[in-house]
Amino acid sequence: MFNISTQALFSQLLVGLINGSFYALLSLGLAVIFGMLNIINFAHGALYMMGAFCAYFLLSIAGLGYWWALVLSPLIMGAFGMFLERTMLHRLAGLDHLYGLLLTFGLALIFQGLFQNYFGSSGLPYAIPQELTGAQNLGFMFLPNYRAWVVVFSLAVCLATWFAIEKTKLGAYLRAATENPSLVRAFGVNVPRMITLTYGFGVGLAALAGVLAAPINQVRPLMGGDLIIVVFAVVVIGGMGSIMGSIVTGFALGLVEGLTKVFYPEASNTVVFVIMALVLLVKPAGLFGRTA
Amino acid sequence: MPRSPPMRMCSKPIWGPAMAEPQTAGAPLLEVKGLQAWYGESHILHGVDFNVRKGEVVTLLGRNGAGKTTTLKSIMGIVGKRRGSAEYEGHQTVGLTSDRIARLGIALCPEERGIFSSLSVEENLMLPPRVAPGGLTVEQIFELFPNLKERLNSQGTKLSGGEQQMLAIGRILRTGARLLMLDEPTEGLAPVIIDQIGHTIAGLKRQGFTILLVEQNFRFASKVADRYYVMEHGRVIDAFANADLEANMGKLHDYLGV
Repeated sequence: MFNISTQALFSQLLVGLINGSFYALLSLGLAVIFGMLNIINFAHGALYMMGAFCAYFLLSIAGLGYWWALVLSPLIMGAFGMFLERTMLHRLAGLDHLYGLLLTFGLALIFQGLFQNYFGSSGLPYAIPQELTGAQNLGFMFLPNYRAWVVVFSLAVCLATWFAIEKTKLGAYLRAATENPSLVRAFGVNVPRMITLTYGFGVGLAALAGVLAAPINQVRPLMGGDLIIVVFAVVVIGGMGSIMGSIVTGFALGLVEGLTKVFYPEASNTVVFVIMALVLLVKPAGLFGRTA
Repeated sequence: MPRSPPMRMCSKPIWGPAMAEPQTAGAPLLEVKGLQAWYGESHILHGVDFNVRKGEVVTLLGRNGAGKTTTLKSIMGIVGKRRGSAEYEGHQTVGLTSDRIARLGIALCPEERGIFSSLSVEENLMLPPRVAPGGLTVEQIFELFPNLKERLNSQGTKLSGGEQQMLAIGRILRTGARLLMLDEPTEGLAPVIIDQIGHTIAGLKRQGFTILLVEQNFRFASKVADRYYVMEHGRVIDAFANADLEANMGKLHDYLGV
């Protein structure tokens, strides 16, 4: 049964790491948004998809390539996110989680529907940037340069975000406002503005993941919808709102998925949800969650 | 079971010209007039009137549910709906958001202390932004509360109750706010620590801070306060100076039910 070539094992582990990078970036954004806004952002997958489309448009309309897209797409989508927060999500502050979930779910359907209407369901190609084409021969496997870049860059972004939230003054404001927004505001901090910026940042992370994914998975209107369900499972396993939890769980579950593909491919689509069910039974607050 | 309506035994204010308000020199730093406040549908403050002059320690006394905490929160702007007037240095605070009010130079130390569990002691201490020059330095805060210096890297909520109270007071001294509103700073603390907080309040007064205190423990309040207001059912029903405390003891016992 375990007669598996190292080649197959490592290439699946690499696929797992790549998926893990996207899980981590997306669940990190969800965790940051949930912490500050108390909103389960169901639109996250659609915003990730729009981040990828943003890269596609930047190239096809403005002629700006991958590196520009990596900077501009998160900024543009972040601004779009802040617009959504100011005009809609903002009004749900203080209401039950369910309202935010329904609103963002509705937004996700609208965004996906619009893009599907204009671009169909098949993918639009997006080329790997010149600098990152090619692969390294590691002896036991070939490592495509672009995939290595995605893993390393995602990890760096995740750790930088973790550092900013856990170790800086700005992060202290965020953490404090997550616990008790009205007291932080009574200290003279403009909490509503901070919330808007936080949502913009979370959306920016989703768009960044979208740009990273564009050369790997093509640009498709449903690319986010397919991914987001797994990402929500990651968030539940890691613990709602936990920053480190979402990073570690994101990468770890990517790897677990990859391993499952090697040893028991039939279960690879469900293993994450089986783990989610087990974690919910044993530790309902998630592996890294603080029990309130 | 239907909830009984709130008791309104004393709905008519006993406030009037006949009640001699103790006068001291100086214009009020905080002038509260006809302040009303609501939590959702429930009307908590029914027109609160009092003032605090610069450099004074003024204490709000009253039973549980009289509206003392709500009064502080209303001045700070963290109660949903407010009416009436609360002017600080001539600025109307009713209608401002709480971050704007804080920037005028008012700071609140809440009853539940509000220490953040996801922040270290140091982060808690450094959290409130400076709103004006003239706050205490961190060194001066450590002189007041040496315990805090030992525990800087602990999680904020791992401190003892007394240390959390010191942290809650200490962090608003850094900001340069000149009106400090302390909500029951002695609640649930050991006598030794109550003494320490009493000394601190007296020291802050000497440094020119103005303090609005809410206290159940009027033995403690009597050591630091210049004046008292007594609240009942969301109104101020009496006022006297510390010098007249003895003469008013009988009334106070009635008001507070002690």
